[in-house]
Amino acid sequence: MATTTTPTTTKTEKYVGQRLRRREDPRFITGTATYVEDIKLPGAYYAGMVRSPHGAAKIRSIDVSKALARPGVIAVYTGQDTKNVGGVICGADLPGLRKPHHYILAVDRVYFPGHPVAVVVATDKYIAADAADDIEVDYEVTQAVTHPEKALAPGAPAVHPEWPDNTAFVFHQVGGDPDKAFAEAEVIVKQRITSQRLVANPMETRGVVADWRAADRTLHIHTSTQIPHLARTLLSIMLGLEENRVHLVAPMVGGGFGCKLNVYAEEAIVAFVSMKLNKPVKWIETRRENFMTTIQGRGHVDYYELAAKKDGTVTGIKLKLIQDLGAYHQLLTPAIPTLSVLMMPGLYNVRNIKAEVVGVFTNCVPTDAYRGAGRPEATHGIERMMDILAAELKMDPAELRRKNFVGKDQFPFATATGLNYDSGDYAATLDKAMQISDYAGLRKQQVEARKQGRLMGIGLSTYGEICAMGPSPATPAGGWESATVRIEPSGKVTVLTGISPHGQGEETTFAQIAADELGVHVDDITVIHGDTAIVQYGIGTFGSRGTAVGGTAVYIALQDLKDKITRWGAMFLNSEDVHFAGGVVTDNKTGQTVALGTIAAAAYRAMKLPPGMDPGLMATKFFEPSNFTYPFGAHIVVSEIDPATGQIEIRRYVAVDDIGNILNPLIVDGQLHGGVAQGLGQALWENAVYDDNGQLITGEFMDYAMPKASTMPWIESAHTCTPSPVNPLGVKGVGEAGTIGSTPAMVNSVVDALSHLGVRHIDMPLTPEKIWKLVSTHAGSQAA
Amino acid sequence: MTRSITVTINGITQTHEVEPRLLLIHFLRETLSLTGSHVGCETSICGTCTVEVNGKAIKSCSMFAVQANGANILTVEGLAEAGGKLHAVQEAFWNEHGLQCGFCTPGMLMITKQIIERNPDPTDTEIREGLDGNLCRCTGYQHIVNAVRSAAKVMRA
Amino acid sequence: MIPNSFEYSAPASLSEALGLIAAGGKPLGGGMSLIPMMKLRLAAPEHLVDIGRLTELSYIRESAEGIHIGAGCTHFAVESSALLMGKCPLIAETANYIGDIQVRNMGTIGGSVAHADPAADYPAALQALEATIVLKSAKKERKVSAAKFFIDTFTTALKEDEIVSEIIVPLEAGLTGTSYQKFLQPASGFAIVGVAARARREGGKISLIRVGVTGLSGNSFRATKVEAALLGSAGTDAEVTAAAAHATDGADASSDLHASAEYRAHLARIYTARAISAALSRTA
Repeated sequence: MATTTTPTTTKTEKYVGQRLRRREDPRFITGTATYVEDIKLPGAYYAGMVRSPHGAAKIRSIDVSKALARPGVIAVYTGQDTKNVGGVICGADLPGLRKPHHYILAVDRVYFPGHPVAVVVATDKYIAADAADDIEVDYEVTQAVTHPEKALAPGAPAVHPEWPDNTAFVFHQVGGDPDKAFAEAEVIVKQRITSQRLVANPMETRGVVADWRAADRTLHIHTSTQIPHLARTLLSIMLGLEENRVHLVAPMVGGGFGCKLNVYAEEAIVAFVSMKLNKPVKWIETRRENFMTTIQGRGHVDYYELAAKKDGTVTGIKLKLIQDLGAYHQLLTPAIPTLSVLMMPGLYNVRNIKAEVVGVFTNCVPTDAYRGAGRPEATHGIERMMDILAAELKMDPAELRRKNFVGKDQFPFATATGLNYDSGDYAATLDKAMQISDYAGLRKQQVEARKQGRLMGIGLSTYGEICAMGPSPATPAGGWESATVRIEPSGKVTVLTGISPHGQGEETTFAQIAADELGVHVDDITVIHGDTAIVQYGIGTFGSRGTAVGGTAVYIALQDLKDKITRWGAMFLNSEDVHFAGGVVTDNKTGQTVALGTIAAAAYRAMKLPPGMDPGLMATKFFEPSNFTYPFGAHIVVSEIDPATGQIEIRRYVAVDDIGNILNPLIVDGQLHGGVAQGLGQALWENAVYDDNGQLITGEFMDYAMPKASTMPWIESAHTCTPSPVNPLGVKGVGEAGTIGSTPAMVNSVVDALSHLGVRHIDMPLTPEKIWKLVSTHAGSQAA
Repeated sequence: MTRSITVTINGITQTHEVEPRLLLIHFLRETLSLTGSHVGCETSICGTCTVEVNGKAIKSCSMFAVQANGANILTVEGLAEAGGKLHAVQEAFWNEHGLQCGFCTPGMLMITKQIIERNPDPTDTEIREGLDGNLCRCTGYQHIVNAVRSAAKVMRA
Repeated sequence: MIPNSFEYSAPASLSEALGLIAAGGKPLGGGMSLIPMMKLRLAAPEHLVDIGRLTELSYIRESAEGIHIGAGCTHFAVESSALLMGKCPLIAETANYIGDIQVRNMGTIGGSVAHADPAADYPAALQALEATIVLKSAKKERKVSAAKFFIDTFTTALKEDEIVSEIIVPLEAGLTGTSYQKFLQPASGFAIVGVAARARREGGKISLIRVGVTGLSGNSFRATKVEAALLGSAGTDAEVTAAAAHATDGADASSDLHASAEYRAHLARIYTARAISAALSRTA
């Protein structure tokens, strides 16, 4: 067979590692990206939710007559209509876990403010809003309880009357001999540390378009989700439909941060309505609804104890973790605090740990995975405790950390919590951060500042994470990921990934991987995701797994495909001694080549097949990771406090992160910056506050302070690189690093600024008022 | 009930019957199917609905369509030239990775244009203050600041 | 977040507008206060009279009496007015602190003043400037001092049939130093406290001092005790700090999620001192 060339572009330069601008961006910058709300189906109705204004109440009656009489109103459904629809599903399990049935519409009681009690369906959203106001619900208000410690107190109102102690589960974990470690400790430090409830607040709220096509007995759903395949499976169960009769699409998704790693009542409600009415139905969550009814993050009250020797060696950690679960379990609610337990020792070689987790029901919206999910809380805890211990021992906090680091020659490292850290050099990130920030110089500046009565703080965190979720046995759903790589007859390449990017840029990074492996131009690659009718089953995007697990699936599918291409090339070249590189198969002896495009055309034309080969040119692979990955880093924050007002100024922010190999530095920077913003948001501003009557009083952007352009510092970002041995790309994951590393660094900086006044701990958020009060009450000890 | 309004949107003049309570953002998105401008909060904080009305960036979630009667409106869909050549602010956001999920981006582009038109050589502080009516949950703003700075440089040239 | 239905009029002249308002219509300026309230269904006017479109209310001009700012001027028009920046910079500086670019492009000085949000910025400056608010109805026009105009939270001297038609601020190019200092509520950008100061120094002594405070309590006010304490002094840092301690005298400090009464009062004193010091530093 003759050697041929085709016009398919070839490229020898590597894409991986380049600051390639994103290939998905044109649709966003021209305003042509399609999010759920942009989907308009002919004849679609609009659904509006009627929600409880109370945290806890019995429903005496619901009068829908006025709404039904309004022109343009099609139907109203209440909990009586939907009570046979399956409840919202919790995918996590723990021994003895109490799982309340979570009706999609409240039946006889409401359990949190915003709890949906009815759905109105109208011809447009304006009429739906009017009709929702027409619904009259007669509530018998009962006492709500919104704080987990108050919910545990004797005599507290029962969130679920069947469980008067409000306790959903108690979970214990012990490693080593913590009692001995504490008995023999030379120093013990203790601190109560809270991690307040946060609202994920993606800029796009949730939204659903459901379209039941009765003739096909098929339900088509567009929903703003991070997990299209899992959502399809779970919704089919809830609705009693065959899974293959449900087609679910995650279109462009305007941010998730974990809150769309879930399946919500409203998705089933909207589908139910569509099936009842045989019409497409749309529902778009308002921001107010998002605050009240989309899962929130964090919600810890932690009691920490550290046992140590006088030289600073930490010998034991005890933690009592009280997790505010909210009223129900959403998809992963009870599992989140168990991640905190796993992460308890941070980067430190501590052999003895003891944890007790108490999961508590409250009359609040459920908590669940929010960026970092359990690991930010744990990292904040251990990093705060290290500073408290350093203060107790009068040691430099950097030195204390260095003394306790797992050494770089100790990997793989089995932690006392049962993890197996893959690789790392923790001292290297700390060294680099200290060098970039001139840590020694900063300490000198601080001495001078204090002489002048100024409050300057230097805070650091040396954080670790559990990423690339994860090995299937260690996760509630499968932890693998899937990919199909298909060479089309023209030689162009289609990649189907089971993850569901919503800002992370995998349409670019996966194209970089495929272009390098196939030796083609990056523009010859299209990456498709999010549509269950097109893409093979996948798990989704969360837990810093997109590239480490999903990208690896793409990579191994490419290896399979390259093998096939090589075999096709061998047939073309009539030689067994061939190799595939740069988009061509080359005969190693003669130097003759055949291009990928030629092979692709022939593979589909199928006039002749290589021995044992089928027609077509594609490969599908499912990658099961053998372990999590463990990114780490060191963040340093320099702050200065206005003693007169308590206002905090961030003077410098230095982040050194080791996330293994970096595929696209531009995208990695973006992930880190965004993560840092959310971590600083928790440290400084954000707070989902419920009052004792069960009202969410920071339920709008007018009261819930988000990071803004003018309040964010410039982030000086650098890296060290310790490739992960867990996957062939050597990547560790970057989605959550910034969030996990930044919060304790910020808080440690502010506490450090006040440490000479005797301040040891401050709970978040660090509002100026809190700081001012501390400065005022400690004034006279040293400050001006 | 309804009123007739005539507006010029991205260069095209058109007349529509609208209910007085119809918000400008819904007029753009629902009546005209210009879905580039988004609804992020409805309380005039987040800025995802930012469009230009008579050359001024405004939040279209907090304006009634009837208030725009007779106005010249520019939305994100009208930023690029007819032939598809991107506006300098669009190029800059692309080059600098000034977006991730893309939801805030149309509003960010519109406010960026306004910032630079009023102040062709803004400092980083001026850029950040100018962006305060627009929330982004993904980027931490740093790449957006870079994009505004970079677009300003191109627009000055 | 969908408002109730209403009737809408876009009168072609001020007199037509005032007629519609006399008949029960609710004036709509830039809508930056009213529209959010309508969307939350906290306000449901039956008839909106759009005065935001009236060019008759959109002017900034000088007379012997002062600078006249039409009620329809946007905050952007105020912050960017060369006339104001030159001859009454305090009001331009204050306008720049309001909300964000988009809000300043749409919101009007008349609408903000008429709304009388206790955390709004303008009232501090208007109190310090001893500004005059011109109120107009179909029947008559009257002038009210800022001190008498702002009565309480969302409560002003406006009658049902009146609108704010104009604000008159003093001409004081080169005569005084002024400053507005604001402590921002981190979510909304409103003032937790905002203090406007206006000072003149002659022969090394403070010969005029005016201090307006917003955000501290339900209503803006002139901190007259602070003024009295400073008048005739040299305005040293110690004198300013001592005088600023009176900023909260008689005020019933508000308490909310973002600042307790104690902290708000403390901030009011600190920001009063800062505003006065900044104003003094700008005196000739």
